[in-house]
Amino acid sequence: MPKELLRAENLTKYFPVTKGLLLMKTIGHVQAVDGINFSINEGETLGLVGESGCGKTTTSKLVLRLEEPTDGAIYLDGRDIKDFRGSELKDYRTQVQAVFQDPWSSLSPRMRVRDIVSEALVVNRDVTNKERDERVEEVMNQVGLRKAQADLYPHEFSGGQRQRVAVASALASYPKLIILDEPVSALDVSIRAQVMNLLVDLQQETGVAFLLVAHNLATVRYMAHQTAVMYLGQLVEYSPTEELYENPLHPYTKALFSAALPSHPDDEREEIVLQGEVPSPINPPSGCRFHPRCPFAMDRCSEEEPVQKEMGGGHLVSCHLY
Amino acid sequence: MTALSLLRLIPKPAARIVSGEIILGGENLVEKTDKEMREIRGREISMILQDPQTSLNPVFTIGNQLMEALRIHRKGNRKEMLSRAVDALRSVRVAAPERRMDDFPHQMSGGMKQRVIGAVAISCAPKVIIADEPTTALDVTIQLQYLRLLKEIQAETGLAIIFITHDFGIVARMCDRVAVMYAGRVVEDASVRDLFNRPQHPYTQTLMASVPQMEKTDRLFAIDGQPPALYDLPEGCRFAERCQHAQDVCRREYPQTVQVQAGHSASCWKLDSSWTEPALVGSGE
Repeated sequence: MPKELLRAENLTKYFPVTKGLLLMKTIGHVQAVDGINFSINEGETLGLVGESGCGKTTTSKLVLRLEEPTDGAIYLDGRDIKDFRGSELKDYRTQVQAVFQDPWSSLSPRMRVRDIVSEALVVNRDVTNKERDERVEEVMNQVGLRKAQADLYPHEFSGGQRQRVAVASALASYPKLIILDEPVSALDVSIRAQVMNLLVDLQQETGVAFLLVAHNLATVRYMAHQTAVMYLGQLVEYSPTEELYENPLHPYTKALFSAALPSHPDDEREEIVLQGEVPSPINPPSGCRFHPRCPFAMDRCSEEEPVQKEMGGGHLVSCHLY
Repeated sequence: MTALSLLRLIPKPAARIVSGEIILGGENLVEKTDKEMREIRGREISMILQDPQTSLNPVFTIGNQLMEALRIHRKGNRKEMLSRAVDALRSVRVAAPERRMDDFPHQMSGGMKQRVIGAVAISCAPKVIIADEPTTALDVTIQLQYLRLLKEIQAETGLAIIFITHDFGIVARMCDRVAVMYAGRVVEDASVRDLFNRPQHPYTQTLMASVPQMEKTDRLFAIDGQPPALYDLPEGCRFAERCQHAQDVCRREYPQTVQVQAGHSASCWKLDSSWTEPALVGSGE
């Protein structure tokens, strides 16, 4: 049984919407993340999928402790991360790292790769120069770059190599969890597979866990052990990946899957076309947040918020149909 | 770049069309004057770009931008223009088009903006639309709406679409014919079914194997290396450096285009009659 690494309980983040300059009045809240629960096991990957504006990025910022939750808590190894102060917080920053979407803007153009890669280590841990250089060499090697390339600047690398540098810098401080925010979507198609394979290999070698934020369902299928589907700040479905892809239950998940494009022209699939667009998270719809776009909506969907139900095999769904 | 060349919009004097012809309805566009080209752009060929956030002008209303194209290419008074613009919006399924005419781009969502751009593109009833990754900036459910819309418009008006994309899923969903390009050259050209069933060029084959699929979780096939720089192209086949099958001949000379079957051709030495599969030296894996 794999050990639980990180757990989010009733995680909630509201951003106030204000009006006026001097006497600011709060006129509402953007309910970016609204009471979500998930956990990530050691050495495993949790995929978080959903459309833009559904709260994926806010969730990853909460995990990185770049935002404070409005309510709820995140536990790393059973300890609430908001209690971390001083050296414990520095420790947390080394244990949880991130790789972002765009390696053109996430790497400082004025730093050598050596400094980029070792930054988290130097800032948060006391290391000698020798230890630092050894570690840089080691992680450069792990991500398939030559050690001589540590003295180059980011502009001397191609997109795929830059993303390798970003992965190396996340890896340098021996993290337990890396947040991958759309790690391949900015890369050329022929390069994506290289980076995805690299990440999977690294996970097997080092036992690091991933929180994979992505909108490409096939990428998530390839990399994630567990998958959570997010809609307007809430988790509508949460299940082991294999089970979810074979048996999607929530109408939103079904629509999302049917919108994924076929892998062959003869591949006829039933397309569920959702009407309209994602509503504003400032005043989300009452009841089930998906009901205005749901093809199966019933009267009770607009009145009552569905409760999460276990459908067997760890497959959780929040929908009145079940 | 190919798309820009078709519209004769490549940056001058840095680039020019060195040779070749662009034939539209029997006329060679390369020989047209700039003035004639202005008549053709928008009216015969129009374009939908990737990013709806940047392809509309933020300081003009939707109606204003729709009528700009109409004013240039169609005669008529303001009232007729207005009704044409509203019709164009209606044909891209924008709800309540009359009211939307006075909206500014920032008042619309990404999917809606991309529809408006589609409306501008089809407003002068062109014969060809070049769609350059029109859905990359959209969410998947909105992407599906948009692709279906393009298909419907195509069925209604019979216009031709050149779809530029890196997504094999879009190719499978949308296209009839496919040309696979690598480093400035078409390496394979086939009907969509032939391409998916019998890809011939090693680049096409490996590219397809490197795309993750919803149905499978097998390890992905990764193409090593990266495309060559276009200012420093190799003498021979441009894919040779990354190709598993490459031999000396591939590095020496660019391969002929071989017709594999009716309507399916590829440029690869493997398809040449002189090709012999090299004996496997040692074992790779």
